Order: sequence, then C-alpha cells, then structure tokens
Amino acid sequence: MNHTLARRVMLASAAPLAAVVIAVVLSSIVLLVSGSNPLAAYVDMVQHASKLETGVDIFNRATPLYLAGVAAAIGFRMNLFNIGVEGQYLLAFIVAAHVGALVALPSALHIAVILLTAMAVGGAFSGAAGVLKVTRGVNEVISTIMLNAVAISGLAAWWIVEWQAGGEIAATGGRVGTEPIDDSGLMPDINSWLEVFTREVGQGKRLTGMLVVAAVVGIAYHALLNRTVFGYDLRSSGANPSASHVGGVSPKRMVVAAMTLSGIVAGLVGMTELMETGYYPSNPITLLGFTGIAVALLGRNHPVGVAFAALIFAFLDISSGILQISGAAAREIVEIMKGVIILTAVIAYEVVRRVREREEATAAAEAMATAPAGAP
Amino acid sequence: MALAIELNGITKRFPGVVANDDIDLSVAAGEIHAICGENGAGKSTLMKILYGMQAPDEGTIKINGEPVELHSPAEAIELGIGMVHQHFMLADQLTVLENVILGAEPMRSLGRIDLEAGRRHLDEVGRAYGLDINSDDLVEALEVGERQRVEIIKVLYRGARILILDEPTAVLVPQEVDELFRNVRELKAAGATILFIDHKLDEVLSIADTITVLRQGRTVGTVKPDDVTAGDLAEMMIGSELPVPDAGASTVTSEVALEVSELTVRDAERPVVDHVSLKVRRGEIVGIAGVEGNGQAEMVSAIMGTRTPDAGTLAMLGRDITGASVRERRQMGLGYVPQDRHREGLLLAGPLWENTALGHQTEAPYSRAGWLSRPGMRARAEHVQADFDVRTPSIDVSAHALSGGNQQKLIVGREMVTEPAVLIANHPTRGIDVGAQAAVWEDIRAARADGLATLLISADLDELIGLSDTIFVMLRGRLVARLDPGTVTPRDLGAYMTGAAVEAGTQ
Repeated sequence: MNHTLARRVMLASAAPLAAVVIAVVLSSIVLLVSGSNPLAAYVDMVQHASKLETGVDIFNRATPLYLAGVAAAIGFRMNLFNIGVEGQYLLAFIVAAHVGALVALPSALHIAVILLTAMAVGGAFSGAAGVLKVTRGVNEVISTIMLNAVAISGLAAWWIVEWQAGGEIAATGGRVGTEPIDDSGLMPDINSWLEVFTREVGQGKRLTGMLVVAAVVGIAYHALLNRTVFGYDLRSSGANPSASHVGGVSPKRMVVAAMTLSGIVAGLVGMTELMETGYYPSNPITLLGFTGIAVALLGRNHPVGVAFAALIFAFLDISSGILQISGAAAREIVEIMKGVIILTAVIAYEVVRRVREREEATAAAEAMATAPAGAP
Repeated sequence: MALAIELNGITKRFPGVVANDDIDLSVAAGEIHAICGENGAGKSTLMKILYGMQAPDEGTIKINGEPVELHSPAEAIELGIGMVHQHFMLADQLTVLENVILGAEPMRSLGRIDLEAGRRHLDEVGRAYGLDINSDDLVEALEVGERQRVEIIKVLYRGARILILDEPTAVLVPQEVDELFRNVRELKAAGATILFIDHKLDEVLSIADTITVLRQGRTVGTVKPDDVTAGDLAEMMIGSELPVPDAGASTVTSEVALEVSELTVRDAERPVVDHVSLKVRRGEIVGIAGVEGNGQAEMVSAIMGTRTPDAGTLAMLGRDITGASVRERRQMGLGYVPQDRHREGLLLAGPLWENTALGHQTEAPYSRAGWLSRPGMRARAEHVQADFDVRTPSIDVSAHALSGGNQQKLIVGREMVTEPAVLIANHPTRGIDVGAQAAVWEDIRAARADGLATLLISADLDELIGLSDTIFVMLRGRLVARLDPGTVTPRDLGAYMTGAAVEAGTQ
C-alpha cells in the first residue's frame, strides 16, 4: 500500500517538476539567442532570492497569489471558470478600504470587520455571476469578464473619486487614494515568527500577517472540499452533474455556492496590500486575479500544490528584480518562463493522467483475469 | 472460398494479462462473421490488432491471402479494412456529405473541395450497397440508426471491402436493429465481408453466417448458426448454461411502497408522461415495457425528483413526496440504477470508494453530521466489492478502469447495501455481459425477497417477463396495458409496445 502512495506522490510531482525544468531549458535558449548568459542570470536570481529580505518579499507576493489561486481553484473543482477574481478582489479592496476608514474599533475587531467586508463583497459579486448562470443560463466566463469591467472601470473608478481622501486629490501628502484606515485596522507583521528561525529582518521589510490568513484559507479549503459532505457534493457535481443530481445534489445550488465561495476567497486577495498601506491607491497591484488562474492550473487545484505554484511565481517576480541591477539579462525573461511553465505543466499533467489511467486499466484487467474459478 | 482475413496464432500481452492468447480466425470473403464473447474476452483487442491500432506480440495476419503487417489504421484502410466504432465519431453541425468526406476530401485546384465529386461518389457508394441516406441532412437531425448508417458509408466511401462493426446494436432500439440487419445483408450481397462484434446471442444467430466464440482471450470454437442454439453459444462463451431470469415464488405484500397517481410531465405542452398511475408494493417487481422514447425516461426523472411533474402526485411509504427534493427522497430509501451508468451513475475519474457513497453521502457510514468518514466510506466500498463480486485490484482505482459489468455491479451493490425501500431499476443490465447480468438479476431477486419494491424499466423482454410480478406497457406516455408475466409472451408484449394490440380499460 505504501509504495503505491509513494508512486502516486512521485507521479503527481513529476509533472510540475518537468514543467519547471523544461521552462529553464527553453528560457536558457531564449537568453542565449538574445545574447545573455543564462547561467549568470539564474545565479543572480537565486543569490538574490536567498537573502532573507528578498524572501520576505517573495512571501508577501506569494500570499495574494495563493489566495487568488485558491479562488480560481474552487471554481475549477466545480467545472466553473471564474475569470472574475480580478474584478472581485479590486472591488472588495476598495469597499473594505472605505468601510475600514469609516469605523473606529479595537484592533482585532477592526481587522475582522475589514476582512469580512472584503469577503462579503467578493462573495456577493461572484455569486451574482452564479445566479445569472443558473437562472438565465449566462456562461460564467462571459459574465465574470463583464463584471470585471463593471468592477474595475466602473465602480472602483467611480468610488475612488467619491471616497477620495480629504475629498480632493493630493490632500494627503501628494498620494491619491481613499481615506486611510486607522492603525488599529492594519494587520501587524509576523517578522517575529520568522526571526525565531533566523536573524532580524532588515531594510524595514515586513512579513505580512495575511500569510496566516492565507494558510487558514488553504486548510479550510482542503477540509471543506475533502472532509465534508458539502465538499463531496461540490466535487461530484463538478465531475458529473447528472450523476450527482440523481444522487441528491442540486447542480444549481452547487454552481451558486462555488461561485460565492470562490468570490469570498477572491475578496481577500487585495487585503495583503490594504493591511499594509491602509488605503486603496489609484494604482493598486493588479493582474493578481488573472495570475491566480495560472497558479491554480499549475497547482492542480490542490491546496499544497497551489501554494508551491504561488511561491514559484512569486520567486520569479521578485528575484528577477535583481536582473535590472545586475544587467545579466532582461527581466522580462521571467514572463517567458511563466508562460512555458504553464504550457508544459498542462501537457505533462495530461501525460501523467494517461499513464495512470492505463496502469489502472491494466490492473483492473488483471483482477478480472485472476478471478476465482467458476465465477462468470 | 477465398479467405478475406486469416489470423494465425495472434497473441497480445499487456502487463499482467494476456488479452489474446494464440487466436486463430479465418473469415471467408463475402460472409458475415460474428465474433462473440463476454466483455473482457479479448474481442476488442483482436479487432484493434486487425485495424492496425495495436501490434500483436506474436502471430501473423493475412488479408486476401497476402501476409501483412499493420502499423496504423491508415494502413488498414489502405488494405480495404474499415471499422465502425461503437461510439460515433461525427460532427453534428456538418451535413452527411461533409462528414463522409472529412479527411478524404476530393480536391479541385487551389485547395478547393470538390463537393460535387464527393456527392457523386457518395451516391455511387449508397446505390452499390443499398444504403439510403440524404447527403444534405445535418447529422444533428439524424436518428441514432441513421447516424450509424453514416458511419458505415464513411468507411465504404474510403473503399473498405472488409467492415468491422463493433457492437453495432448496443445503441439501437429493436426496429433500428432490424434496419441495420437489412443493411448488413445488402452489404454482403454487394460483396463486402463483415466482421460483427456482439454479445447478444439471438442477434448473432440471426445475422451471422459463421460465429467464432472467444473466452478469456482464447478461441473456443467456430460454428455455424444452424448447428447451435443460444444455449450452446452461451455455454461456449461463459462455460456454463445461459442464465434465465426467474423471480421465483411471489413475495408481494399488501403494503404499498411507491404510489404514482395521475403523473403528467409535459415537454413543450405535449404530454410525454400522460396521467400515469401505478403502485409498487413491498416485495414486488413492477415491470415497464415499451419502445424507448415513450415517456419512460421522463417518468423516471419525475420519480427521482430531477424533473418537476406538471400534474399528479407521488407517494413513498405513505408519505407524499411530490415536492420533496432528490436528497430527501434518497434519504427516505429511494434507490436508483441508472440507464446510462457513465452519465448518471459514476464519477469516472473518482476512486471506487468515493463512487460507493454517491447518492448516499449524507448517510452513515459515509458521513456524520456533515463530515465525511473516510474509514466508513472505504469499509463500505470493500464490503460492496466483496459481496457484489466487483472485480477490481483495489477500491482505490478509478471507476473508468472497470469493465462495464463490474461498474454495473458496483452501482447495484452500492444501492442494495443501503437497503432501500424502493428501487428504480432503469435498464439495469443494458450493455453488460451475461455473467454480470445474472449477478444483477440475483441481487434484485434477493432484495425483493427482503421486501424491496422495484420498478423495473427494461428493453429486454425476457428480463421483464422473468423478473416482474406485474408488467405495464408504456406507449406515448400512457400505460396502455397491464399484463401478467406468467402468461404473456414476448410476442404479445411487442404487439402492445408498438400499439398493434390495445387492451381496453387499463390504466
């Protein structure tokens, strides 16, 4: 039994590993062709990443990517493509920033109010796409793309003017954004947790407390999906809606539930930034939602897999910063690497799936052949 | 007579299993040669070898007397071998003509497709083989039988003279089977050689000139249909006599478990289930006979709760369930064996132990208070595997790895193990081999003795007559006759099913 488990783990991790190796090889070719030394570039990146402060940056980057990845993954498990994580998190971001600035509460409560607001906004906005799908048959890909426009170019663009700090641009020391949240609403960093294992973190870097929230979300995602009847319903409805329906699961309810849950997690994506700065700026970090889709894909929608995927993407994003300084290569090489990783991962996963399917079919045929004599 | 196909000593091994073990097969030119055997007997592997999809480990292939080595279907087609797959490979949005020429388009200059040449060739092929089809119809508008004809024409269009038909009757209703057989005989008259894969013995006996039986990867024998009975063939196939469904002594009680009253389901205003009333008592099996598409599927959906009836009421164990959700009905003890196990029965990519819980996941031992119990699920799955003879290396394999018969045994076992009060068995033995069929019958029979109320919908008339305590005939959404299985013959049933006979005063 144990060696089959080991084999399973090996098969499961072989694909993403192969994807990374192939990405490195292909990127090296691109770098060589463009006249850079790939080895120098990789050495620079790894050296840079191995510094504690860069590590903190990587985790700060991986945290929102992980949340976005889990948000997308929840949809995927139900066969839904929530392409609207982008709009959901930015809308949740601005509303939570506004609500957080309006209230004055003890710290823990203040933070809770902000996070819950973000989750509620994300959930409602995404749930709306689910409701449209089950009542009007609107494909969720179309509706969430439309809702992205509504959220980003519509509501957020309008509200940032409405909720402008001081009522006017530049009223708060030259920066544009919503009214800042009191310090009680900002999440403390968890540098001290990290410093247990290593030296003091320098350069004023702060390891985001949202990392803890992301970990809790990951555990909750795993438990809900694999340990509860609701999760079973959701997975079975995603895998085979007809069979699940006669098995007592309403496919419509599951669509709305999955979209809502996906949106709830999406709502938390922008909180890493809000919990640090305290306001919604005119230029928040964007594209995390779309990257989250790629992260979910690479991580196979698995809570641990998505975490690794988020770390890989964050590593590429952050460590490539050094390339601009060292000049070993163009920083954009990491975008090529990301693309190649995703493409090869998709192919490698399919290969692994087929290998596994073939092995199982052979084993099952064997069981037939060695059936007790006399049995039909 | 010249031999169209000659296989000698074909052996094909897969890791741990010998799919074909020293098989010999000789097919005379211009004959209809049936290959029969249970699921897993090696029929498909043999055909894949013949069609170039797999290479044999040992043995030789001769086509029209010439030794050949096949490496791909393209080479097989080159040699005039064509295969009509069980699952159609047609593009719904294209016309018959477009589908037929797809991949073998006659070209004009500048890369343009010569549709007219294609049409002429298609018409020639159709005329030569007596296959009637309108080449401009969209495939999506065609009936199943017509789609199959398109598949056959596709193969003939490419010049095939040897046709492999892989379980062609599995997807057809009886009338369509007759039509297919007429076509196959015309193909033969036009000089084609037909390899006919099937495991329905009556069909094999009526269509084949020669029958070769496979069992566990070996050739059991080659016989002429005139020399054998269905019983003989079954014995060759499974090594014992053909099981017959037999319900045994009546166990019907007076307690009504399922009551359907005036049930009506409309489809775009047209009633597809029309004022259907019936009662199923504990210990009773009520059979529903009927040509497919006469409202059986809609009636089943309404009883299961996946479709809301337009009128009428449903009651289970004395409680009204007309407005109950599917889950409430399942929790009350409504079991279901679906017609299409891939569509409605299984999570194909999921392991068996997850599939065992499907439909009962809210109940012990699968879960408690909303939390799944993995040990409970696994223990139950092992229990089902053992008690219902599901042949599998372990409960961790995915459902798609199992053969059709084993998948069906898993489904029947999963329903029976929860001791349902009412079972809706919708074509419970469709497309499975005789061994699994007998096992499913035995399971239903045993549960009936324990007081299970079963509604059995089936196209297999022997199954209906053998198992049922009462048979209703469904025609155009209505129950048009109530018959006693003790006295009715399949011929009578057929007459009622097609509307040739009408019994007054039944409902």
